[in-house]
Amino acid sequence: MGRDALRILLYVALTLCSVVMLTPVVWLVAACLKEPDALFSYLFFPPARHLSLRNFRDLFTDIQFTRFLMNSCFVSGVTVMVQLFFASLGGFALAKYEFRGKRPIMILMLATMMIPGQVMLGPLYELIYHVGFMDSYLGLIVPGCVSVFGMFLFRQSMLQIPDDLLEAGRIDGCSEFRLYWNVALPVSRPMTGAFCLISFMGTWNSFLWPQIVLHTQERATLPIALTQMVGLYSQKYGVLMAGTLLSILPVVILFFILQKEFISGLTAGAVKG
Amino acid sequence: MIRSGSFFRWQHRNAPYLFVTPFVLVFCVFGLYPLVKSLWLAFYITSGPKSRVFVGLGNFAFLLSDPDFHKAVWNTAVFAFFSVFLQLPLSLALALLLNRRRLWGRNFFRLVFFSPHLVGMVFVAVLFAVILQPQFGLLNKVLNWLFDTPLDTKWLGNRGLVMPALVLTALWMYVGFNMIYFLAALQAVNQDLYDAAKVDGANAWQQFRHVTLPSIKPVAVFVVVLSTIGSFQLFELPYLLLGNSGGPENAGLTIVMYLYQNGFETGDLGYASAIGWTLAIGVLVVSLVQMKFTGAWKRGD
Repeated sequence: MGRDALRILLYVALTLCSVVMLTPVVWLVAACLKEPDALFSYLFFPPARHLSLRNFRDLFTDIQFTRFLMNSCFVSGVTVMVQLFFASLGGFALAKYEFRGKRPIMILMLATMMIPGQVMLGPLYELIYHVGFMDSYLGLIVPGCVSVFGMFLFRQSMLQIPDDLLEAGRIDGCSEFRLYWNVALPVSRPMTGAFCLISFMGTWNSFLWPQIVLHTQERATLPIALTQMVGLYSQKYGVLMAGTLLSILPVVILFFILQKEFISGLTAGAVKG
Repeated sequence: MIRSGSFFRWQHRNAPYLFVTPFVLVFCVFGLYPLVKSLWLAFYITSGPKSRVFVGLGNFAFLLSDPDFHKAVWNTAVFAFFSVFLQLPLSLALALLLNRRRLWGRNFFRLVFFSPHLVGMVFVAVLFAVILQPQFGLLNKVLNWLFDTPLDTKWLGNRGLVMPALVLTALWMYVGFNMIYFLAALQAVNQDLYDAAKVDGANAWQQFRHVTLPSIKPVAVFVVVLSTIGSFQLFELPYLLLGNSGGPENAGLTIVMYLYQNGFETGDLGYASAIGWTLAIGVLVVSLVQMKFTGAWKRGD
């Protein structure tokens, strides 16, 4: 009896928490689907006759939403790819080779990981200005393409590759790069998935640095474009909410594809200590 | 068949250098160089890229007497306090609820609690700018309905309510994210320890106190340090919810916001760098104290 009551209480608590967590998201979806006039007349979903896709239509016709979406996809896509390549290649070298300068490199990187990135905003701005990357995607992609965190993540997972396996590859005539490409990278596939998602979320949601680098309205990424709308479209909440929903969608889709790798990758470093 | 061409030997000898070079090169130019330069800039007053005046420790001395900076530090500290002492216990509580044996729908609940994190900080800010809106916003409507009194609380326009609004928004976004760490740690606890504790007659609280807590301690320390560092860098949420001014009487001004104001609006990158390094030292000291205090030192990680 006591056990059953406890069990019911547990599910009640869990359900209540779920409702609290989901309410803002449900409200967001409802806000997108309401006719502009009905937005505040109904708290969540209105009767069917007040449902419409007008907000989405306005989003694509009044605002160049497609353009911003493509901008974000391009910047995030390229950044993630380059980050992944550099971090895994560097991580492989740090995990499976002994070479001069290895320890200093690792200590230097660990030390900089402790320093918040905002410290270097000013000088980085000056540097980007001088090399002419201002107001261009290069200014976002080039400084963003090295992830120290990612390199340590890959080093950690590639440490587990047996040396015998690599040696066998060498005897068969594999070049070192092919050992990386055909052995090390496939073996750390789960880590690759986790890192892709973490890094994609990082660049997709990045706001402060793009805000500093980009000036031309046309080049804005989604976070920049959307936050500008907050001021300009204060009367059109529905359109703003539709834009927010569509901006979240790519992350959600990627999450469902990589969910398993993500959760294990996120906690791998922490639980093993 | 061992290949022994000269190229094969060359690439074998130099492989590690070739592999780390792209990373190290970009890292040095766009990571290390600005970092070192900012340390140097912190001793100058600048206005624009051209004019700079050496002031020695003047920037740091000025920080000590700058009331806006004090306000920013205080706000950031308050936010960090609630992140650690309100949000993390709730994360742990959720993880404990989900860790019960034979729980139906564990993966579903885990996904639901985690889902706000997928929204991303900027979009959370845009969403909550509307949710916290006084007349039509979801929060006031729900409070209306719960307490049956019309409310038009100006969450972001009232000095005393700005911080609660920020803390609650961050709570919604991060409570499930941190729960993932706790849950993973709980699931890794050796079940034999519980059986042994039961044999010794330990009740639920004693089991939690003497088995669960020590077992998840490394992860707990990790999460505490991580969320403190994250809180110290709070920027997007207050910046987008309150505008660049930092809200009524700077009630939502954070350290990074103040850095941004000084560096990119006033144009004094020197003072901004000094703020940045003060923040960096603060983060370092606080995380070292946390690790020492919790005894994470001895394990050597």
